[in-house]
Amino acid sequence: MDILYFAWVRERIGLPRESVETSAATVADLVEELRAREPRYEAAFADLSALRVALDQELSDFDAPLDGVREIAFFPPMTGG
Amino acid sequence: MRIKVQEAPFDLGAETEAFADAVDGAGAVVTFTGVVREADTGEMAAMEIEHYPGMTQKALEKIASEAMTRWDLADALVIHRYGRLVPGDRIMMVATAARHRKDAFEAAEFLMDYLKSRAPFWKKEVLKGGAAEWVAAKDADEDALKRW
Repeated sequence: MDILYFAWVRERIGLPRESVETSAATVADLVEELRAREPRYEAAFADLSALRVALDQELSDFDAPLDGVREIAFFPPMTGG
Repeated sequence: MRIKVQEAPFDLGAETEAFADAVDGAGAVVTFTGVVREADTGEMAAMEIEHYPGMTQKALEKIASEAMTRWDLADALVIHRYGRLVPGDRIMMVATAARHRKDAFEAAEFLMDYLKSRAPFWKKEVLKGGAAEWVAAKDADEDALKRW
């Protein structure tokens, strides 16, 4: 699965994207796996209320299952316009 | 309906004219243009706009389709830039055309409210001293969606 990071999430983790092998069932499970990796992930995912998630380029939420998902993106609330 | 996501500047006059010329039977054309303003915190050197290339076009199409469904529109146009912009640069524009002005105005406001909070763009203010800060989303912008 490809994971993409944007804005300050990308800066905190230090990369724009990476591929992971995971058996996480939901987005929240994947976040727990990532947080356990290294302090920079812990820092990026410290407050989930400050984050949004997209699954295969559609906005989703942290309870969503990862079944069949190929691309997941984490980013702060959007500031377009 | 046309959506353009681009790094290059756009010609506001030409885009508006082309849009207005192409709609038959519309009695109203509304346009809104977003311009980079100075930061509240100090002198801004640039505004850097990041986006999610795979998602941006689709998200904007979804928002514009929703506007076309909810209002009696002849057409809608959204142009949004990304990359490094400076104060005074035009970031984005929306245009709506309808038989009557109420539809055109409301749909344009709807587009703007949704572009703020549901289109995957992130703005970073770079100050002249070199400090940089991501623009935080405002609760008011999220609240603005509730009226639709």
